[in-house]
Amino acid sequence: MASVSVSALTAVVGDEDLLVDRAVAGIVAAVRAEDPEADVNDLVPDQVSVGTLASVTSPSLFGERRVVVLRSAQDLTKDIVAEVTAYLNDPADDVVLVLTHAGGAKGKALLDSVLKAGATRIDCAKPKKEQERLTFVKGEFERAGRQVTRDAAQALLDSVGSDLREIAAACTQLVADTEGRVDADVVARYYRGKAEATGFTVADRAVEGRLPEALEQLRWALSVGTSPVLINSALAKGVRGLAVVAQPQRGVSDTDLAKRAQVPPWKLKDLRKQARSWSPSGVAHAMRVVAETDALVKGGGRDPEYALERAVLEIASARDRRG
Amino acid sequence: MSVFDELVGQDTVAAQLRSAAGAAHAWLTGGDSAGMTHAWLFTGPPGSGRTEAARAFAAALQCPDGGCGHCDHCHQVFGGTHADVLFVRPSGLSFGIDRARELVLEAASRPTGGRFRVVLFEDADRATEAASNALLKAIEEPSPRTVWLLCTPTAEDMLVTIKSRCREVTLRTPTTRAIAEFVERRDGVSPEVAAEAARASAGQIERARRLATDPETRERRAEVLSIPTRLDSLGACVSAAARLYELAENEAKATTSALDERERNELKAAFGEGSTGKGVAKAVRGAAGALKDLEERQKRRATRIKRDTYDVALLDLATFYRDVLAVQLGAEVELATASRQDDLWRVARAGTPEATLRRLDAIMECRERIAANVHPQIALEAMTSALYMG
Repeated sequence: MASVSVSALTAVVGDEDLLVDRAVAGIVAAVRAEDPEADVNDLVPDQVSVGTLASVTSPSLFGERRVVVLRSAQDLTKDIVAEVTAYLNDPADDVVLVLTHAGGAKGKALLDSVLKAGATRIDCAKPKKEQERLTFVKGEFERAGRQVTRDAAQALLDSVGSDLREIAAACTQLVADTEGRVDADVVARYYRGKAEATGFTVADRAVEGRLPEALEQLRWALSVGTSPVLINSALAKGVRGLAVVAQPQRGVSDTDLAKRAQVPPWKLKDLRKQARSWSPSGVAHAMRVVAETDALVKGGGRDPEYALERAVLEIASARDRRG
Repeated sequence: MSVFDELVGQDTVAAQLRSAAGAAHAWLTGGDSAGMTHAWLFTGPPGSGRTEAARAFAAALQCPDGGCGHCDHCHQVFGGTHADVLFVRPSGLSFGIDRARELVLEAASRPTGGRFRVVLFEDADRATEAASNALLKAIEEPSPRTVWLLCTPTAEDMLVTIKSRCREVTLRTPTTRAIAEFVERRDGVSPEVAAEAARASAGQIERARRLATDPETRERRAEVLSIPTRLDSLGACVSAAARLYELAENEAKATTSALDERERNELKAAFGEGSTGKGVAKAVRGAAGALKDLEERQKRRATRIKRDTYDVALLDLATFYRDVLAVQLGAEVELATASRQDDLWRVARAGTPEATLRRLDAIMECRERIAANVHPQIALEAMTSALYMG
């Protein structure tokens, strides 16, 4: 029954979970292709105690093949490591053993002895360079039998970030949603504006009175994990800027104005443009809203996200307030 | 002379405490204890001298002559060094259950001097609910010689279960004349300065003394009081808020920076930094956790100082608008900010009483927001712009 097409011993080395999962899934799939009845034991260190390995590698009644995956081999205890080493000297012939290892110095002795015993090594390190990530994106589309332009890959990385799982998910999504060659326009249609979503963009859109965009940016900023307190302090800063330039004190130089608004001097022009359609009472109302919201996002309210949404709504509509 | 002479304008309270101290003395010598009890709650508006009253009572309990003011016992109580008087002064934002449990143990021991074991708890309202509950039993039925003295602005600040176990001593806001006389006698300033400080203090004795003796405090008050007339644009609102923010930051820094550094060095020295020998390296490593702890406490202390500074400034501002309201309504009351009569009249003529009330609300709302941890600058900006808009 034993087959030679899948290595009986594999070490998956690296800290990128997605790639590790794929490598393990690949091995399991290869074994299943040969023997659909194959038994898979996927074990994390917590589930492994003395004797576990012996029990999962002992011959089974019906002789089906078994795949044993030992996850995070670097976290195995000394007793278990001894058991694994003993198994390496006397492997069962219908068992495929896969060890995953984060690749650090911890538990390196075990990894070395596994490799010495003739294990196939699969490297799954996190891609650190931009170029590696570009290659990864290309690979993702190729796996699905599609083509992607370099610009498009770059645009995708810019808006999704560097988390490999998110990149992979974005690629899958694009493959499913589009047809033909994926170029920069296609990416722009699906991933517009996410990467630069910060509290400051939310504040800018809100004081410009562009409510739909402001709310959209707010949702993005919250979904990428920007803290509500930071978003509100950005709103405060935006409103403060308005107050400073909308009704400046007499005899104050532009340099001082910029300092009071807490912006670099060249931003004054933008601020003045933003402030053009604001009335003093509108600004005062916005300041009040920001103060209320600060209390709400710091535990005074039940739902910080709702409080921010309300703040954005109030600020955008305070812009047209007259009087 | 008696320790109760130091209480400003609190004749009723002084008489009550004097007779209680007399009863306590009688009880010690085998007599009747009517008029004395084991738990007292000192309440009164800020600055009315709650702590001073409690301290005078503590001295009267320890002193064989019922608070003569010049024996060792009296001196030690006023110096804060009396072995049988436990001073509790929460320096952080709150007083937690751990400290409360320690306090219960400390309070239960017998007095070393043979008279009373007194626990003087300032700002008892800072005790958290859990801490108050931990103190409950000890306050209800303390050891025979233990006396609890709790101080808090109003009885409503305390858990109702604590309140019901204490006898209440309510101090009133001392009159301006009583404060002026006290400041004049105590700090040796001229009657005019004393009168002005007493008026400006709005019934707060310590504040009156600081205003009479410290030019910086006077300057800061003048700056705060000039805000209403300077708010002529939204830009000015932002500047005024920034200035108030800066004042509080500086105040906290001035008080804490030297202290923080000294405490850090003392702690490091206690863990053996700078010394040599076996085991020192390990001990110094152990200091990291303790240092972090200390920094956390220092940060809380700085926050409290800042909040107190904002509170003083905002209350000064509130007195100004209160006076504006008095002028607008033609009320015949003493004006705390009479020295700025021109400003008062100008602001009073420029607005309506309704607007003044809205402004007072904005100031009080700002106090609440700062207490609720809203960033002070944001809270202050909302307030100054509300003052400007009216």
